[in-house]
Amino acid sequence: MSSADAVAAVMFAAVTLYAVFAGADFGTGLWDLLAGGAKKGAPTRRLIDKALGPVWEANHVWLIFVIVLLWSGFPRPFATIMRELAIPFWLVGLGIVLRGSGFAFRKFAPTLLAARLAGIVFAGSSLVTPFFLGAIAGAIASGRVGAGIEDEVIWLTPTSILGGVLATGTCSFLAAVFLTEEAERLGDTELAEDLRKKSLISGSITGVISLLGVSVLADDAPTLFDGLTGRGAPEILIAAVAGSFTMVMLAQGYTRRARFGAVIAVATVVIGWGFAQYPWLLVDNISIAEGAGHPATLTALLIAAAIAAVVITPALVLLFRLVDTDQLGHE
Amino acid sequence: MLAQLTESFVPLLAQDALLPARNQMAISLGAHIILACFGVAMPAMLFVLHRKGVKGDADALELAKRWSKISGVLFAIGAVSGTILAFEMGLLWPGLMEQFGDVVGLAFTLEGISFFVEAIFLGIYVYGWGRLPTATHQFLLLPMIISGMSGTFFVMSVNSWMNAPTGFDIINGQVVNIRPWAAIFNEAVLLQYLHMLLAAYMVAAFTMVSVYSVGWLRGRRDRLHRLGILVPLAFAAIATPIQPIVGHYAGQAIADRQPIKLAAIEGLANTEERVPIVLGGYFDEEEGEIVAGIPAPIPGLASFLAQNSFNAEIIGLNEVPVEDQPPVNIVRFSFQIMVGIGTGLAMLITYAGFRWRRDKDTFLDNKWMLRAFTLTGAGSIIAMETGWITTEVGRQPWVVHEVLRTEDAVTDGTWVWFTLIGLTIIYIGMFTAGFGVLRSMSRRWAAGETDLESPYGPARIQELVA
Repeated sequence: MSSADAVAAVMFAAVTLYAVFAGADFGTGLWDLLAGGAKKGAPTRRLIDKALGPVWEANHVWLIFVIVLLWSGFPRPFATIMRELAIPFWLVGLGIVLRGSGFAFRKFAPTLLAARLAGIVFAGSSLVTPFFLGAIAGAIASGRVGAGIEDEVIWLTPTSILGGVLATGTCSFLAAVFLTEEAERLGDTELAEDLRKKSLISGSITGVISLLGVSVLADDAPTLFDGLTGRGAPEILIAAVAGSFTMVMLAQGYTRRARFGAVIAVATVVIGWGFAQYPWLLVDNISIAEGAGHPATLTALLIAAAIAAVVITPALVLLFRLVDTDQLGHE
Repeated sequence: MLAQLTESFVPLLAQDALLPARNQMAISLGAHIILACFGVAMPAMLFVLHRKGVKGDADALELAKRWSKISGVLFAIGAVSGTILAFEMGLLWPGLMEQFGDVVGLAFTLEGISFFVEAIFLGIYVYGWGRLPTATHQFLLLPMIISGMSGTFFVMSVNSWMNAPTGFDIINGQVVNIRPWAAIFNEAVLLQYLHMLLAAYMVAAFTMVSVYSVGWLRGRRDRLHRLGILVPLAFAAIATPIQPIVGHYAGQAIADRQPIKLAAIEGLANTEERVPIVLGGYFDEEEGEIVAGIPAPIPGLASFLAQNSFNAEIIGLNEVPVEDQPPVNIVRFSFQIMVGIGTGLAMLITYAGFRWRRDKDTFLDNKWMLRAFTLTGAGSIIAMETGWITTEVGRQPWVVHEVLRTEDAVTDGTWVWFTLIGLTIIYIGMFTAGFGVLRSMSRRWAAGETDLESPYGPARIQELVA
C-alpha cells in the first residue's frame, strides 16, 4: 500500500464516520418536520435537542477532516472537484450554516414563534443537505468529475439523483433508529413505538430504492457498478445482511441491536463504495496515485492521522459513553 | 424588460471574479474571526470562574454556567462559519490550493485535530452541568484551552506562510521539494501567532467587560456583574500591555521581509532616510505624498521604530512596479486605527490597574472608567479587524508573497457575485438572530430564570400552547 493509498484510506474512513454520525444528526430533520404541531411534536423535538446537543459539532468535524485531507493529500483533484461542483458545495455550505445556527438558536429561543422559525430552518436544511452531499458523491462516482463535461449539469444526473435520494433516505433511517433507542432508554415508550414505526417505514423505502438503484448504476455509472459487484461486493453483501438484521431487530423490539445493525449497514455501504471505485479518486479520470500531492506531505499527513487517532479516539469514546449513559444533557 | 435586465447584468457577471471573491473572503474571515476569539479565549476565563465556583463561590459558579451556555451558542456559529471558510479555500481560490494545498495542508490538518478536540470537550462541558462530578467537570476546560492555543498556532502558521513562504522550491513553474514541517515553522509564525493569540484574549475579554459594564451602569450592581467585569478584565490586563510590544517586533519583521507592505503602512512613495511618522491625512497617489497629515514631532521616528535608528532608510513603494503595489490608503488607515485603539486600550488598562491597586472596593464606582469599559469590546474587535485588513491588503497583489498573485489564484466561476450577496444576507441574518438570542438569554437571566428551558420543554410548552 502506497502512502497515497494510505491517506486515501484515512480520508475514506473519515467519510464513513461522517456518513454514520453526522448522517444520523442530519436525518433528524425529517422527523422534526413531521413531528406535528407545537404541543404534539414537543416530545420528539425535545428528544432531538437532547440527542444532538452534545455531539453534533464533533460529528460535523469529520467533514472538515475530509476536506482538509483532500486538499492536503490530493490538491489538484480537490481543485477540480471545487471548480466543477461549486454549486452543490455552496448549497451544502448553506445547509450547514442554517442547520447549525438553527439548531443552536432553537434551544434558547425566547418565544414559541422563534423556536418554530429556528426549528423549520434547522429541520429543513437538515433534510436537504444530505441530498447535495449524495449528489456530489454521485457525480464523482459516475466518472463525471474531471472529465471536462460541459453539456450537462454533472451533479443532476441519474447517479447523482440516486446518490442524493439514498443519502437523504439513509440519514432519515439512521436518525429514526438512533432516536428510537434514545426514546426507549429515556423510558418514553409511546414515542419509542412511534419512532420504531418510522424506522421500519424509512428503512423499507431506502432498501427498495437501493435495490432499484442498482439498475441505474449499471447504465449510468458502469465503473462503479463493476466495482460494487466485484471488489466491493463483500461489503455490499454485509450491508444487505446488516440492513435486514436491523429491520428484524427493530420489529422484534431489540432496539440497541438494531442501532448496531444500522451503523454497520450504513458504514459498509460507504466502505463498499470506496473499494468499488479503487484505484480511482475521481472515477475514470484521476487515480489516487495520479492525484496525490507531494510524498513528504503524504507521510506527514499519516503522522498527523496517527496523532489524531491517539488524541481524538479516547475523547470521542468518552463523549459517546457519557451520552449513552445519560450523563450529558440539560439540567 | 427581461432582456434589458439580463443585458445590464451580463457585464457585471462577465467581470472577473477577483473583486467579489476578495470581498466574500473578507466578510467570511472577518465574521468568523470574532467567533474564533471566543472559542480560543472563553475556556480560560471559564476555568477561572468555574474553579472559584467549585471552591465555594456560588456567584462565580452561576456565572460560569451562564457563560458556558453563551459559549455553546457562539461555538455553534463559529463551527459553521469556519466550515464555510474551508469550502471557500477551494471554491474561491482553487489556483492557490491546487499549487500549494500540499504545502500548507499539514498545518490545516493539525488545526482540524485541534478543533476536533475542542468540539468534543465543549460538548461534554456544556452539557455536563449538574450531571458530571463537580470536582472533575472544570478540568474539561483544560483540553479546550490547549486546543484553542494550538488551533490558533496552526491557522496563523498558514497565514504567516503566505507572508513568508517557505518549505518548497519552484522549478520550471512546478512546486517541488515540499517540506511541510518547514512550511509550518516559517520565520513569521511566532510573532504572528502571539499577536493573534493576544488579540483573541483581548477581544473575548473586553467584550465580556463591555457587556457587564453596561449592566453595571444600568444599575445591576450585584456580585455577578462585578465578577463579570473583573475576571475578564484581569485577562485583558495581562494581554493588552504585551500586545504593543509583540506588534512592534512584528512590524520590524515586516520591514525586513515585506518592505512594500511597510511602505504602504507609512504611505512612503520613495525610499528615504530619517522617515517621520505622519498621523492621519490621506495618501495622494498622483503626487506620491501624504496630504493633510500631522507629522509626529520626533523626526525619523518611523525609521527608528522599523530599524532601531533614527537615520535608517525605509524602502518606498517606488522599488517595485505599480502593479506590484498594494492600495496605500486602506492599509495605512487600517494600521493607524489598529495602533490608535491598541494604545487607547493600553492606557485605559494602565489607569484601571492604578485604580485597582489604590482601592479595590471602590474600583467600579468610577463612572467614566466604566463608560470607557463599555467601548472596549467594539474597540478591540475593530482593532483586530483593521489589523487583519492591514496585513491582508498590505500583501496584495500577492496571495503568497512574491510567489502567487491573487488574480492567478481566484476561481473563474461566474457565480461569485451571487454567492457574495447570498453569504452577506445569510450572515447578517445569522448574526442578527444570534445577537437576538443572546440578548433574550441575558434578559431571562436578569428576570430570574436560571435554566433557560426551551419552548418545547415540558414545563413551558403547556403554558405556551394554552
